[in-house]
Parts: sequence; C-alpha cells; structure tokens
Amino acid sequence: MWQNFKNGFIKENPVFGLYLGLCSSLAISTSLNNAIGMGMCVTIVLICSNILVSAIRKITPDEIRIPVYIVIIATLVSIVEMVVHAFMPELYNSLGVFLGLIVVNCIILGRAEAFASKNPIGASAIDGLGMGLGYTFALVLISVVRELIATGGISFYNPFDATQILFGFSIEALAPYTISLFSGSVGAFLTFSCFAALFAWIKQHSAKKEKEAKK
Amino acid sequence: MELLSMALAAILINNVVLTQFLGICPFLGVSKSAKSAVGMGLAVIFVIFGASLLTFALYKLVLVPFGIEYMQLISFILVIAAFVQFTEMFIKKYSASLYKSLGIYLPLITTNCVVLFVAQDNITQNYNLIETIVNSISVPAGFMLVLVLFSCLRERLDSADTTSSWKGNPVALVVAALMALAFSGLAGIV
Repeated sequence: MWQNFKNGFIKENPVFGLYLGLCSSLAISTSLNNAIGMGMCVTIVLICSNILVSAIRKITPDEIRIPVYIVIIATLVSIVEMVVHAFMPELYNSLGVFLGLIVVNCIILGRAEAFASKNPIGASAIDGLGMGLGYTFALVLISVVRELIATGGISFYNPFDATQILFGFSIEALAPYTISLFSGSVGAFLTFSCFAALFAWIKQHSAKKEKEAKK
Repeated sequence: MELLSMALAAILINNVVLTQFLGICPFLGVSKSAKSAVGMGLAVIFVIFGASLLTFALYKLVLVPFGIEYMQLISFILVIAAFVQFTEMFIKKYSASLYKSLGIYLPLITTNCVVLFVAQDNITQNYNLIETIVNSISVPAGFMLVLVLFSCLRERLDSADTTSSWKGNPVALVVAALMALAFSGLAGIV
C-alpha cells in the first residue's frame, strides 16, 4: 500500500513521468498559490472519484463505463467549483476556466479506468491520494521556479482571505535579473521540459542501478 | 470585418495550444507524423464545430428557460461524449478507410480540453449564433495549424542526436517553447 502511495511521486509521477494533465499543469503554474490551490482541488476530486468508481465497479456494465465515470467526475467537479467560488473567490478568479476543465484532466479518468475500476475502495482511495499529491508536487516544483525567475520572490497567502500573507520572501540580488517571459507560455514550456528531462534521467539512473544489483 | 479579426485573433494570437495551454496532450501525443496530425486536426475541427452548436442550442433552449444553468458542466460533457461516440459510429459505417486512419484518435477527443473549453467559452463570452460558429471553427483551426507545424518539426527532430534523457518529449517541449516565442511576435497584427 505504501508502494502505491509512493509510486505517484517519482517513478509514476502523473505529470513528468506519464505526461498526463499537462494542460492545467502548464497553465496554472504561474504562482505557488495557484499551484497549491489547483493541486488540492484535483486531489479531492481524484480521491472522491476513485472511491465512487471503486464502490460501483461490480454493478457498472462494461459497455457504458466511460460515460458513467464522466458523469461522476463532472458532478464532483461542479461541487468543488461551487465551493471554491463561494469560499475562495481570489483562487476562483485566478484559476478561471481551468477549474471547470478538471473534468477533462486525463489523470482523473485515467486512474478511474486503470486503477479504481479493478481495485477495492481502500486501495483506490490511497492511489487517488498518492497520484493527487504527485500532481501537486509537480505543480509546486514548476511554479516555484517560474515565480522565482519571473518576479524574484515567492509569496503565499491564505486562500480563504487574500489579504493575509502566510509567508513570502523576495531575493534582492535577483531583482534586476527577473525575466518576465517566464510568467508566460515560453517559460512554462521551458521549465517543464527541464524537469521532464531531469525525471527521465532519474528513472534511467535507477533502472541502471537495479540492473547492476541483479548482476 | 469584425468576424474576420475575431477569427485571426483566435487562430494566431490567442492560439489555444501555445498561449492558452489547451489540448497539450494530443499536441504531444499525435504529433509524431504529419499525416496523423492532419487527420487529428480535421477530426477536432469537425467535433468542436458540431459539439459547440449542440451545446449552444442546449444552453439557450433548455438550461436557460428552466433556470438550471448550474448543470452546464455536466450536460456539456455528456453532449460532447455522446457526439464523439456518434461521430465514431458514423465514420465506421460509411468510410472504413477514414475510420482506419482516425480510429484511435476519435475516442481521445472526448478528453481533449479544447472541446469543452470552446463550448464553455461561447457561453461565457455571450456570443450570438454567428459569432459562435466563427469561434468554433477558428479555434480548432489554430489547433490544427500548430499541430501540423509541430509534427513537421518533430519528424526532423527524431533523426537529431539528443542526449538520452532529453530524447522524445522533453526536447519536443523545448521546440514548443520556441514556437510559442515565435507566435508571441504576431501579437500586434490585429
């Protein structure tokens, strides 16, 4: 079970390893705040959808399983969207259209199809948590790099009350060298490709080690 | 004239892939050869056009009169999934060769975020019927343009000698970044 949970971070990281959910991870990773907010929303939807899909896996007819999953996911996303709109208006504005587009995030449908439809409820919930946190982890990595390069500092405010800053810092020495390009699409693609290459390198490295250990 | 500038803006300036980050999954997945990129692009244009008209009608004729706009997300995604399924069945029946070349991409279109985005964008921007038609053709046309250009670049990239950890998707994303930089130069033309 621990293995299930851990897999989502490095080896099978949904973003860098499997290239799922790229659209939102590139668009949302402009600041640490958006990254954590989006990551939490996706994690909640992922856990709930995995639990529900797993609970009805024995009575779902095989031919219509995809539409059934889509309805479950769309319902959950609608609920999350309304809650965020009501209690975290700042986050709602900055996530914009991508909050609704969680419905078509491949990670959620992918896990429902590949894991939750075949496994018991407990394991599915853990898998959802692991994958969701892996996604959040990837978003945080990209957003920290982008925010640092684009603005020269990092700030994180309370999502329920935007005026209350929980922590933040800015590096004086970086200030003259900020590259505003990194808050746009160019920086997103560049940062992402560097991390993807790094993760591929880690994977190849550990595979090589395992091979040597077997010998 | 206004419609023309709207179409140009949607294709070149606010390009869905390079500036709004939508449809990145098929952008990376189906861009290995120029031929499949053209097929995927045409399929996406057709599906988005059909699905946008259906969801537009659904919103104006059913959701608004009954006051249930909060059902938008659920009903739209169902319409899109059903429409993709019908298109698949239709093509399978009437054109076996087209089905063979599109086969695997069609079901994938359901989870292409551009489709849901265009359907919702038409509603939130308050477009009328003509603007909806123009928008739902030009946005996927922009998607197709970038997809075909990118696939041509990738065919060349495959034969290039890259370090093993950058091979495949990472180096393709660097190319995408350069394309985004090039497209941002078009920002002033409309």
